Amino acid sequence: MSNTQSIIQLEEKAVNIRESIIRMLEHAGSGHSAGPLGLADIFTALYFDVMRIDPKNPTWEERDILLLSNGHCVPVQYATMAEAGYFPKSELLTLRKFGSRLQGHPERLKLPGLENTSGPLGSGLSQGCGIALGMRLDKQKQRHVYVVTGDGELNEGNIWEAAMFAPKYNLNNLTVIVDRNNIQIDGPTEVVMPLEDLKKKWESFGWHVLEIDGNDIETVIDALTMAKAIVEKPVCIIAYTIPGKGVDFMEQDYHWHGVPPNHEQAKQALHELRTLRGKIRGEHE
Amino acid sequence: MKDLHILEFSDKLAMVPIRVGFGTGLVKAGELDTNVVALCADLTGSVKMDGFATAFPERFFEVGIGEQNLVTIAAGLALTGKVPFTASYAAFSPGRNWEQIKTTACLNHVPVKVIGAHAGLYTGPDGATHQMLEDIALMRAMPGMVVMAPCDAVEAEKMTLAMAKDDRPNYMRVAREATPVITTDKTPFEIGKSYVFAEGSDVTIISTGTMTAPAMEAAEKLFKDGIDAEVVHVPTIKPLDTETILKSVRKTGCAVTVEEAQIIGGLGSAIAELLGENYPAPMKRIGMQDRYGESGEPAELLAHFGLDAKHIRLAAHHVHEQKNERK
Repeated sequence: MSNTQSIIQLEEKAVNIRESIIRMLEHAGSGHSAGPLGLADIFTALYFDVMRIDPKNPTWEERDILLLSNGHCVPVQYATMAEAGYFPKSELLTLRKFGSRLQGHPERLKLPGLENTSGPLGSGLSQGCGIALGMRLDKQKQRHVYVVTGDGELNEGNIWEAAMFAPKYNLNNLTVIVDRNNIQIDGPTEVVMPLEDLKKKWESFGWHVLEIDGNDIETVIDALTMAKAIVEKPVCIIAYTIPGKGVDFMEQDYHWHGVPPNHEQAKQALHELRTLRGKIRGEHE
Repeated sequence: MKDLHILEFSDKLAMVPIRVGFGTGLVKAGELDTNVVALCADLTGSVKMDGFATAFPERFFEVGIGEQNLVTIAAGLALTGKVPFTASYAAFSPGRNWEQIKTTACLNHVPVKVIGAHAGLYTGPDGATHQMLEDIALMRAMPGMVVMAPCDAVEAEKMTLAMAKDDRPNYMRVAREATPVITTDKTPFEIGKSYVFAEGSDVTIISTGTMTAPAMEAAEKLFKDGIDAEVVHVPTIKPLDTETILKSVRKTGCAVTVEEAQIIGGLGSAIAELLGENYPAPMKRIGMQDRYGESGEPAELLAHFGLDAKHIRLAAHHVHEQKNERK
């Protein structure tokens, strides 16, 4: 299989994941739309190419660890896990329902394959630091920890406490991916609480920083591969993503940050995603 | 003289800070189990983690002045099978990082050990900001958390060793100043158990942490007053040993609770809830009466805020009278 062929297949998986997200959120009647859609390409890259995982054995001792620090984006993780075979896709429609394993925010004890419990923002990176330290104490050199954070989440002080800690102990088995989609609940990040110059901030804390297009799967894979190869510092990947990516009327509109589509909107969104799927093979030809 | 089967009160009791017991217990726990790790927030000597840091430098992590980071890094370590002990002043941990403890330790169900040092009025001259009095209430409200307050350094050491073997998140509060050593190596300790330190039939004094020593002193004085007090020491405030406590209050018919913490949400509340639902009886809560502390020497503060043997004795007389009026 050529590299182009495999990228096409991954892009198609990302469309499947986006379709799942729309269906789940419509059915749930609540939840976040924009963030999960924007993260679909990063999650596809992590679960289907980069991470050493075994969906049939979620507690495999050699596995890589992924922590979703911005827990409200968990629909993308559930959709990706179902796509990878951790559980049946039919279960996705139980999202946020009473008795479901798919809680509104991820809970480790509810669903095998989730590595932590999150939702309150800012604590994923420090938990990632702890896991990276634990792996080092156990001399597990092959394993790697990935932490996905939001950009609005970087308003939290706990993030910067962890940002100081990881370089101190040179946690080069830890990579943080900042979902730089420029929106948060009250509006654009640069209006609510300016983050720039974000690259310089992370660099000055002692991180090696890569800036990438977070909606280009091949670029994401390249960056994650490079991050693992860089050993003198922990790596921060600032991944620029389009919130609502794949659904025209949701893209770049912060109003879609915290709401689900209704039935008509979901129908329109699924139609757009079908069109996107049709374009994928055409674009690579 | 009342026959106190743990001790006879005298001025000859050794005075040792409870935190010292934590420090020695932690080193022993580290020797017994290589999975025991320790994290500190720039107070290593003060919280007595220095012994562990020296003995096991590869298992000690200095996180700097960041209590949110302290417990969340610990939660990550616990996710890899480590048993992390975290220590700072109780005013900051769990004072500042309550949500992180809830989400990443309790809801995540990993055995993060939170040590709140310099708890209570014994923090003295530092003043109200550093006198943590709300920690018992904060931690009791959290499902899955074990809440403990040792009465002396000897019990703190046993408690630390027990925590290292416990697979739940735990909170232990320890005081700064030297306090009387009232137990011995032979005194039993188990997480979740309360102990009758002095038997009596007229009133039950239910105490925790540093207040068990003055509770014993009050029991001696009460005996001279003609009141035979039973002292139940409650090292584990949650889960509460309801059996031992109810058995005692059913016998005596009235109770006084004593804690170096806010009476709202603390041990006093726990006992009021227990008795209210199972065996309503006259009771009085000794502790901080919904106020903040201030600078001063510990003895001055304890007397001023009514947390001493004198006030325990008065409260015991009060509930004893209430009980007799009802008859």
